[in-house]
Amino acid sequence: MSGNKTEVEKNYLNDQKGIKSWLLTLDHKRIGILYLYSIMFFFFIGGMSALLIRLELIRPQEVIVGADTYNQLFTLHGAIMIFLFIIPGIPAILGNFVLPLMIGAKDVAFPKLNLASWYVYIFGSLFAVYSLVTGAVDTGWTFYTPYSTSTDTSVVSMTLGAFILGFSSIFTGINFIVTIHKLRAPGMTWFKMPLFVWASYATAIIQVLATPVLGITLLLLIAERLLGIGIFDPAMGGDPVLYQHFFWFYSHPAVYIMILPGMGIISEVIAVFSKKKIFGYNAIAFSSLGIALVSFLVWGHHMFTSGQSEFAAMIFSFLTFLVGIPSGIKMFNWLATLYKGSITFETPMLYALSFMFLFAIGGFTGIMLGALSVDVHLHDTYFVVAHFHYVMMGGTVMAFLAGLHYWWPKIWGRTYNEFWARIAAFLIFVGFNVTFFSQFILGAKGMPRRYYTYLDQYQPLHAFSSVGAFVIGAGFFIMAFYLIHAMVRGKRIGRNPWGALTLEWTTTSPPSHHNFEEIPVVKNGPYDFDRIRVENDKWIYKEE
Amino acid sequence: MDTTGTLFLPPANSTIAPEVDALFQFILVTSIIFFLIVVGGTAYFIYKYRKKGKDGFTADISENRTLEIIWTVIPIILVFIIFFWGFKTYLKMHVPPAETIQIKATGQKWFWQFDYDNGASSTNDLVVPVGKPVELLLSSQDVVHSFYVPNFRIKMDVLPNRYTVTWFEAPRQGEYDLFCAEFCGTSHSKMIGKVKVVSEREYNEWLEASSNPGEGLSLEEYGAKLYQSKACVTCHSIDGSPNIGPTLSGLIGRTEQFTDGSSLSADENYIRESILNPQAKVVKGYQPVMPTYQGILKDKEIDALVTYIKSLNKTGE
Repeated sequence: MSGNKTEVEKNYLNDQKGIKSWLLTLDHKRIGILYLYSIMFFFFIGGMSALLIRLELIRPQEVIVGADTYNQLFTLHGAIMIFLFIIPGIPAILGNFVLPLMIGAKDVAFPKLNLASWYVYIFGSLFAVYSLVTGAVDTGWTFYTPYSTSTDTSVVSMTLGAFILGFSSIFTGINFIVTIHKLRAPGMTWFKMPLFVWASYATAIIQVLATPVLGITLLLLIAERLLGIGIFDPAMGGDPVLYQHFFWFYSHPAVYIMILPGMGIISEVIAVFSKKKIFGYNAIAFSSLGIALVSFLVWGHHMFTSGQSEFAAMIFSFLTFLVGIPSGIKMFNWLATLYKGSITFETPMLYALSFMFLFAIGGFTGIMLGALSVDVHLHDTYFVVAHFHYVMMGGTVMAFLAGLHYWWPKIWGRTYNEFWARIAAFLIFVGFNVTFFSQFILGAKGMPRRYYTYLDQYQPLHAFSSVGAFVIGAGFFIMAFYLIHAMVRGKRIGRNPWGALTLEWTTTSPPSHHNFEEIPVVKNGPYDFDRIRVENDKWIYKEE
Repeated sequence: MDTTGTLFLPPANSTIAPEVDALFQFILVTSIIFFLIVVGGTAYFIYKYRKKGKDGFTADISENRTLEIIWTVIPIILVFIIFFWGFKTYLKMHVPPAETIQIKATGQKWFWQFDYDNGASSTNDLVVPVGKPVELLLSSQDVVHSFYVPNFRIKMDVLPNRYTVTWFEAPRQGEYDLFCAEFCGTSHSKMIGKVKVVSEREYNEWLEASSNPGEGLSLEEYGAKLYQSKACVTCHSIDGSPNIGPTLSGLIGRTEQFTDGSSLSADENYIRESILNPQAKVVKGYQPVMPTYQGILKDKEIDALVTYIKSLNKTGE
């Protein structure tokens, strides 16, 4: 191809040079990269603290750290992974990079707001780092009152950090909503949008509507600590259960902020690597919106043992089951998409298949926890820990890795070593199940979570779980190496290595500053593999 | 009834537990069936429809009304069953029978205190008669705790500003682990005790003895017993090793440095003050986390503890 040489020479990565061109960039792709670096940094810290936690739990009594340090470690792990990695992860890195490309836009609707969201993220994360070095926080990522109002650790700076991070999330959400409404390329109707865009849209709605509630809650908590206004602390006339209601009113929808974009990626990857039109496009698109709406009404299922009324518990349990149905439908749709496909097993697909396996287990154990009587036994045990790791890590992180490997060649114009990528995927999958499946059994046997020491009867399963954590660690270690290697030395690839039909694959790899040479006009659906196939970056239409 | 437990669940010993376990097993089996459908189907499809030869065009299969209705309606029916089943048992858990033995349970950092109608009390050991419904009135002195007995399948949060209630009836004698399930700080994982299910006769004897616990013991022996039963042992060692709080070994006569800069040679009055008003003088290097024992320990019990702590000096020399 004649364009090949210029493609390499002129792209968003090299059209401007210098640190200032990065720190003041308004290019959604470069902002995505800024997010990539910063979020991966915190993922590393969160991951290391997880390894320390598992190392400590390898034996029932003290192994490497004391009780207070342990309590700070799991708080650190939870708060960093939730607020600094999983919530922003897919939207801010992959969404920022590919969403405008996918709808054929030059950029997001508000590029300056987009850059501001990154600075707000960094500003908020500084508070989190500050609270770490000034004594850390030992409340758990949930900051339950009155413990969080009475502990002498740096709760204020940590919650202030989470409060500020919320704005970053809201900025990104607003940006995506407006971008999707206003900047779609000619011909891209709502039902020709890739499903990742639909999922990002549903996510953005939750981000914008739910995050302010967390902000208000955390501000009230700070007001209580600093000004002594009794809101949650009964010693000052407050109500601790009120805090739990406020907190989960955000934090349950937040679970869907984490998982919905992941589901979007899985829809892309499964269709592309099966070369098959996605089954039930409308069902998947609408189930994202359905999940987004119902997710606001299920927060009370975190509080079945809190003493809330039986009537409230009944309603929350019922709605919880209701919100599970759309996720189940998506699973069946992905399964049906595989039927009569032409399936290949490159790394993104391996992660997508891991997702289906692990997310299914996460979903079924969610049904366990939604059942009122069973939840009373399982609540606040390792069963819950295992469940949300199956959903968050087995679901969202696997989807994130699928997306990262899927778009990595587009982002850098270079690809990674497939052999090592498969080894890493295998290690992470096996290590994950070793680590967390054992925790289902631990929890059902009665092992409470957030325990620094534990009774001897739980030791074998704890030790087993810890071994798995280090296998996962090894997988990520390998991944870091081959991904960084790919960025600088990886094999150059063309526009469309996977033969996908969405717009980001019609432009150069890496894309130019303005994304497309000319504004694309959309004539086909994103998954029309029944009538289009790609050969050497060229679309070949089926002859009618 | 199940006495051995299963792969997942610990042995059950409450009248409510079989109902919980039955639903657990139902969901487990249903989940395994659906899991096999999804994962088995995936495995079959990715093998059967793996790419063979050159890329072609694939079939246009994007909907199938019947199939979609089936895989929506069947799960809905199943979760309805699970919902009603779970709710039914949940209500039973929350409505104690009319005739119960009522015990007051108090959670605080980091032990459980149980008070019985006849004035008997115990720390971390909940003693109950076999085969009788027992109702617990729960509350907390400080932060949120949660009362959890895995073998009974019951759990209830313990709140500082209101009472919560839970109940159980244990059909067999034995000792069962009692955990705090809501994170409550440094020694959260040490806030564990035992539920001792004993015969009616043993229960009555225990009640009698516990309402007058020091009887027949010397002050020192009684103090040694209280050191264990009132959970001093959770934070204070008697062998000189540091813990959450300073060691009691060699305490009398030791010069303690306090966080406010003052210091004092420990005597009987210092020990008494530290038990009743622990925040008054906090030893340097330790956190002010000890709860007050005001209202928990009677004068005679404090005397016994002081005597016991003094005796630790003698053995140490």
